[in-house]
Amino acid sequence: MSYAQLSLMEQLILTLSAMILLTSFLLLAQSRIISLINTFASQGFLLFLGTCLIAQSSGRYHLYISAGMTLALKVFFVPWLLRRLVRRLDIRRDVENVGGPSMIMIAGGALVLFSYYVALPIRELSDLATRNTIAISLAVILLGMLMMITRRKAVAQVVGFMSMENGLFFAAVVSTYGMPMVVELGIAFDVLVAAVLFGIFFFQIRAGIGSLDVDHLNRLHEVDR
Amino acid sequence: MALNLVYLTIVAAFGSAVLPILFCRSTVASKLVAFILLGISGLSGILGGGMALLGKVDISAELPIGLPWLHCHLHLDPLSGFFLFLVSLISLMAAIYGSAYVREYQQGSQPLLPLTLFTGLFVVGMDLVMLADDAFSFMIAWELMSVSSYFLVAYQHQNETNRRAAFIYLLMAQIGGLFILLGYGVLASFSGAFDFSSMQAVELSPAWSSLAFVLALIGFGMKAGIVPLHVWLPQAHPVAPSHISALMSGVMLKVAIYGFIRFVYDLLGNIYWQWGVMVLSIGCISAILGVLYALMQHDLKRLLAYHSVENIGIIYMGLGLSMIFAGTNHLELATLGLIAALYHCLNHALFKSLLFLGAGAILQQSREHNLEKMGGLIKRMPVTAFCFLIGCISISALPPFNGFVSEWLTFQTALQGTILTNHILTALIPISAAVLALTGALAAACFVKVYGVCFLGLPRSQNCAEATETAYGPQLSQILLAALCLFFGVFPTWTVSQIENIAQILLPTGIPMATSHGWLWLTPVSSDVASYGAPMVFLGIGSAWLIVWLWLHPRRKKMEIRIAPAWDCGFGSLNARMQYTATSFTMPIRRIFRPVWFISENYQQPGENAPGGRYELKVGDWAWLKIYQLIGRLLLATAKRAAFIQGGNIRIYLVYSFFTLLFLLWVVSL
Amino acid sequence: MNGWILAIVQTSLLLLCAPLLTGWVKWIKCKLQSRQGAPPWQPYRDLFKLFKKEVVLAESASPIFRVAPYIVFGVTVLAGSVVPMFAIGLPTAAIADVIVLVGFFALGRFFLALAGMDVGTAFGGMGSSREMTISSLAEPAMLMAVFTLAMTVHSTNLASMTRYLLEQPLQLYPSFVFSAMGLLLVAVAETGRIPIDNPATHLELTMVHEAMILEYTGRHLALMEWGAMLKLMIYGMLLGDIFFPWGIADSFAPLPLLIGFLSLFLKLFLLGLSLAIMETGLAKMRFFRVPQYLGLAFILCLLGMLSHVILEIN
Repeated sequence: MSYAQLSLMEQLILTLSAMILLTSFLLLAQSRIISLINTFASQGFLLFLGTCLIAQSSGRYHLYISAGMTLALKVFFVPWLLRRLVRRLDIRRDVENVGGPSMIMIAGGALVLFSYYVALPIRELSDLATRNTIAISLAVILLGMLMMITRRKAVAQVVGFMSMENGLFFAAVVSTYGMPMVVELGIAFDVLVAAVLFGIFFFQIRAGIGSLDVDHLNRLHEVDR
Repeated sequence: MALNLVYLTIVAAFGSAVLPILFCRSTVASKLVAFILLGISGLSGILGGGMALLGKVDISAELPIGLPWLHCHLHLDPLSGFFLFLVSLISLMAAIYGSAYVREYQQGSQPLLPLTLFTGLFVVGMDLVMLADDAFSFMIAWELMSVSSYFLVAYQHQNETNRRAAFIYLLMAQIGGLFILLGYGVLASFSGAFDFSSMQAVELSPAWSSLAFVLALIGFGMKAGIVPLHVWLPQAHPVAPSHISALMSGVMLKVAIYGFIRFVYDLLGNIYWQWGVMVLSIGCISAILGVLYALMQHDLKRLLAYHSVENIGIIYMGLGLSMIFAGTNHLELATLGLIAALYHCLNHALFKSLLFLGAGAILQQSREHNLEKMGGLIKRMPVTAFCFLIGCISISALPPFNGFVSEWLTFQTALQGTILTNHILTALIPISAAVLALTGALAAACFVKVYGVCFLGLPRSQNCAEATETAYGPQLSQILLAALCLFFGVFPTWTVSQIENIAQILLPTGIPMATSHGWLWLTPVSSDVASYGAPMVFLGIGSAWLIVWLWLHPRRKKMEIRIAPAWDCGFGSLNARMQYTATSFTMPIRRIFRPVWFISENYQQPGENAPGGRYELKVGDWAWLKIYQLIGRLLLATAKRAAFIQGGNIRIYLVYSFFTLLFLLWVVSL
Repeated sequence: MNGWILAIVQTSLLLLCAPLLTGWVKWIKCKLQSRQGAPPWQPYRDLFKLFKKEVVLAESASPIFRVAPYIVFGVTVLAGSVVPMFAIGLPTAAIADVIVLVGFFALGRFFLALAGMDVGTAFGGMGSSREMTISSLAEPAMLMAVFTLAMTVHSTNLASMTRYLLEQPLQLYPSFVFSAMGLLLVAVAETGRIPIDNPATHLELTMVHEAMILEYTGRHLALMEWGAMLKLMIYGMLLGDIFFPWGIADSFAPLPLLIGFLSLFLKLFLLGLSLAIMETGLAKMRFFRVPQYLGLAFILCLLGMLSHVILEIN
């Protein structure tokens, strides 16, 4: 089935998935923490829209519940929590990266191609119209991980982690029209707990080592040099 | 007929090498003999090569020279005819240019004879490489070319840098030669004979043919100057006399391309697409790094040498695309890529020779090779300036000149990547095209820098303020080359239809669509997909200009143009030090692509010995610093370890010989 | 024959309308910034005045300086004549595809930059250096966008691209969304608008295009200015042709042509409006932020290409 034969709704879903990939790239490139959080929120919003559209087009209305949870958690609650943390910790202006931004972007592009390559056999297993987006969601996961690797500050790493979770959620939605409700609720609860725990940990880390720069944790290595 | 002309080419070139020795009493006579014979060689080569290409000849000959069991096989087909045409064209230009250019060597301490001798031998070597039809004569011709060009690079040997450059050149040429030899060795061991026709006939297993391919890629790549095997090129090309630089940069690199095409397309035959990916990525890296390194050079000839690396990269990109398509059985597209690469060979030979000849004229007339000392030369040397401008436009791949056509064809080939079933390749090919676009745009920036700093503005040194136009010979050769640049840019359809003859032999198919709409339109795939009407573009630019000029000209009579001091926002009178220099022009690019170079910047505050402050900038080549110096150090360390065998006692050396003899006798007895 | 006449008519209309677009953007911008503003037809008056004025040449100027305005203008007109304006199927469209069009702009820019270096002032060199840097980063992004589009429509010929899109029912291609965003960013950079360059500035540290034409006077300046206006219009038409092809005439009958013309008018009207709003909202970027801006454009185009490969090919 060629692309032109898909319905406009399905095309819109695919376009939204591409936009989610774009937000992942923006997360990689963003240098200010506040705009990083805002970009994360917009990724969540796109995810919400995508899930709603899939729910509508496939007729699986329980997906609306997942979408609602996404909206509540990832668009409102977690960004709000992070913003509050940033304000309380006063790290609004922090700009931090490991390696040049262009190298990171090139690595990101390569990761997208790689995930496409890896997802090719998986794609054959599914016959949904959205099966092409499996590669995209895999790429979102990998890009989130790349972001965790390249960022120095713990807050940005948390955003990377959450965006990985976004990728996982999206993969579940597009490949099988969502996981069982119990699992989804569990994951949502995990995210919630993780966000809260991270918040507490930030204060602990800073109290302990006087900074949120994870490079300072190097002091914890085993071998004395 | 074509073969006889080619024989005449070789004999005349050989004569231009040897005959001047007879007239060594009179430098004028020997010079005349040498350059006239070189010119005759060039003319007959143009005719012979052109006939071979246009007439699709396919002649073989066997000369009873060489080893007793291996006679010298010669073969002339459109592929060798095309490259023979290139070599001869540029050697004709060098002959026209050289006779006036070498005048400075005539009076100086430098004897002229070595120059003419090795120039002749160099051209003979290149011609013979094209003709050779067995590995043995190919290698002999190849080495003749390498060794004689070594002497040309070392011609002005009183400078330390020249000797060093020549040594590195010779070293790398020999290593490259070794790889080629091994590549032929793989083929010969399966075919059992050294002549090319039996090498063509054998079928190799994928592993062996890939090994032969890699050996050829390294061997010919060493000569062609792909990154990171390019380090000899920016050192050797600038130090040779300028018409030799034109020959080396313009055509010697093409001989390497010829060898590569002959080896891969003709001898190996069965092409795998993975090779194409390799060649394409090497091409991309060479193109982009070549132009970025060129941007940071301030020595005009060195800059041009780095641009050769870039253009070789573009040629390899075309070849890589062609090999990808050939390996996936899209023969028409493979043909298109091959034609793009060959067209770029032609174009690069033309505009790079033109630019080197122009650089030589500047060097001779102003005695400056540093861009930062030039400026305002357009008023002193108008003809050179005009031809150099055409060279700059051509190399920057701007329509309607020739460089654009071949890059456009490469783009069109890349665009057809969508028909591949391997979608990873489909995604990678556009990225390589984006690299090509970046290369082209950076090349344009580089040549705006070169032309703006060198010819425009105010002179930055006394030498440049007093330069005069060069002699008629150099002027004529530059004008001819500039005209050819325009010709091959405006009539691409005819050129493509001729180059197609080569592709029909190597990949037994043509691209009938490309030229099916008449000489006016070039439509590589079909007229719906893309078309380029080069004559129309030329006419269009011309007529738009004419209309505007006709419209504005009457006003000109009413109002005279007033000449006044430059306004410059009212900053006061201009002087040469206020201008942007080559360093400042490229500063933004230096900052954006910073990791590409090894940069050491040093700023000293104004002090006693430097009243205005002092700024020092050194831009180094990572490949040289990180790879070659490391290899050099390792070699030296190993040599030191091994030095103990050199005991100094003559009896010890005799012992070595004795045991070697015993060992060999034992081996023989096995 | 009809086609050729129409092509000439189209090119002359382009020449006539280009100053109006620039004037319209300026006017609406003034209104948005609560300024009085010159009327939209002010650029015509400026050009007219400049053509009448005498030419003052700098002493250090070479022939390049005098030739450049004619080449820049001529090449831009030629570029304009191959872009479909209100009708497709004109014979001029076959002269050049999008890649050649990029080549035309590069040729014009080459001479513009040379002219900037010619007189030997520091400003001219600065402008040329910046212009060439910006364009060398913009060109790969632009070609990437073109490639992405060409992968779907199987052509780089503008008229064929437009025709293919017109003949299809409405489709939403992710790759088109990305290419549109990328191409828009590139167009802003290439036409020298805010946030890359400010056409209204004459502050020495911020100007790019203006720095190169600083020494021009009289009819030379008029040609350079007119060329820049044409370029803005051509980029507008280009974006319209590819992303909003509706309304463009595919036959030479009077009614479709009229509709084509009106739709073009509407498109450019809206485009000018959005450009003015964008220019009002944004501040000019620091020069060394431009690589990031163009890097974003490239990433957008790259994602467009990747999403074509991943999502649209089966």
